[in-house]
Amino acid sequence: MKAMPIKMNTYSLGFSLTLNPGIATRIFILLSVFASSLTFAAGGKILATPGVSQVEGAAGGGLVPWAQLAGYASDNEISASGFCSRASVSDYDLDVCGVQANLFDRVELSYAKQTFDVPALNTELEQSIVSAKVRLYGDIVYSRWPQLSFGVQSKELSDASVANLLGAKDDSGVDYYLAASKLHLGAAAGYNLFWNFVLRSTSANEMGLLGFGSTSKGRSLQAEFSSALFLNPNIAFGIEYRQKPDNLNLGETDWRDVFIAWFPNKHVNLTLAYIDLGTIAGAPDQTGWYLSLTGNL
Amino acid sequence: MIFSPNSPLQLDARFVCQFFLALLLTLSLSACVSSASKPSLYQQLGGEQGLDRIVEELIQNIGNDKKVFHFFADAKLSRFRTLLTEHLCEVSDGPCKYSGDSMEDIHTGMHIDEADFNHIVELLIDAMNKADAPVTAQNKLLARLAPMRKDIYRR
Repeated sequence: MKAMPIKMNTYSLGFSLTLNPGIATRIFILLSVFASSLTFAAGGKILATPGVSQVEGAAGGGLVPWAQLAGYASDNEISASGFCSRASVSDYDLDVCGVQANLFDRVELSYAKQTFDVPALNTELEQSIVSAKVRLYGDIVYSRWPQLSFGVQSKELSDASVANLLGAKDDSGVDYYLAASKLHLGAAAGYNLFWNFVLRSTSANEMGLLGFGSTSKGRSLQAEFSSALFLNPNIAFGIEYRQKPDNLNLGETDWRDVFIAWFPNKHVNLTLAYIDLGTIAGAPDQTGWYLSLTGNL
Repeated sequence: MIFSPNSPLQLDARFVCQFFLALLLTLSLSACVSSASKPSLYQQLGGEQGLDRIVEELIQNIGNDKKVFHFFADAKLSRFRTLLTEHLCEVSDGPCKYSGDSMEDIHTGMHIDEADFNHIVELLIDAMNKADAPVTAQNKLLARLAPMRKDIYRR
């Protein structure tokens, strides 16, 4: 099987951002929980410095994990966060919801559930990801060198049939990454400039949604990059780039996006992005919209 | 070869380059605009009047704050006002000389933790907003104050 059948793209922006009842309910529950427990919030970090939530559940941008840990816990605090995101591209939809814990700004633990919807095949692929991230050094604002973190993401597909059909070797796999992040105060004509660089060791095909490795290819190192400019303490816009392997010889491409993130307060943040996921399972030009909401306790 | 041969980074690194080109262009344009007069950070913050307003708003914020007020409770208000204004004036290249004790001496024994420190930074940001200081000037002032954290917290 070379490629999945390609359905004509008929989604408009409005439709792309329409949330299905399941995800809407989850977002509503998230919001209610956070609204009702504002007084518990651990708030030891400065607004927006933890970033938002990426698609595998780590604190990061949209596609790329960052060195910061989720939530606003400082070195003597604990925080909990939750998020839901939807990426809607030409032929596929990806829904993710997850929870994150931050222990003393040292360890981040997260769990995320991804549902990858292929309307053309009337199929849904599900993947669960259990992750940990450890801050090794620094603080994105104050330390001389960039904040440095090491992360592990353990991924497992609930059903391996599509992955197997496409030639994947395994239905589970582990990613390891090293992330470096720095916020430069006032560095861009007075505006705050952020950058993040990641080196990831992975065997995942399309992040794991299409399984792990193939008969001929396994683990490789991939680079990822993010940068953002803060217009003010509440709004950042930026880009991300995520290199990916092509273990299945389906023309798997790198991912990229441009995003705007809004941090009205420490309890919620909202991210909107235009994403270009290139070719997925042989279907080219997978561009579309990404919307993500994170809430912090 | 550390990167997978199938997806060479340089191929679509063009995208990243375009972002930085656009950023550079924006920065150089604003640099051209600002280099015409080049006001000092002190002037960008509104000069003597601007700093007085920022300090006054900060004092108000601290006075109304349950979390960090106790750090300031023993300070003599008039002296605190004078010295803080002097300090911010000197740090922002204004025509002042800070006459107080070193940051290290002042804060030793106060046991200010990371969350306290960041909270005071937020009260300062809020004070600068209330005093109508431009975001870019705020960021530049914070960039100059940030290296002093090591002399202030956990002491």
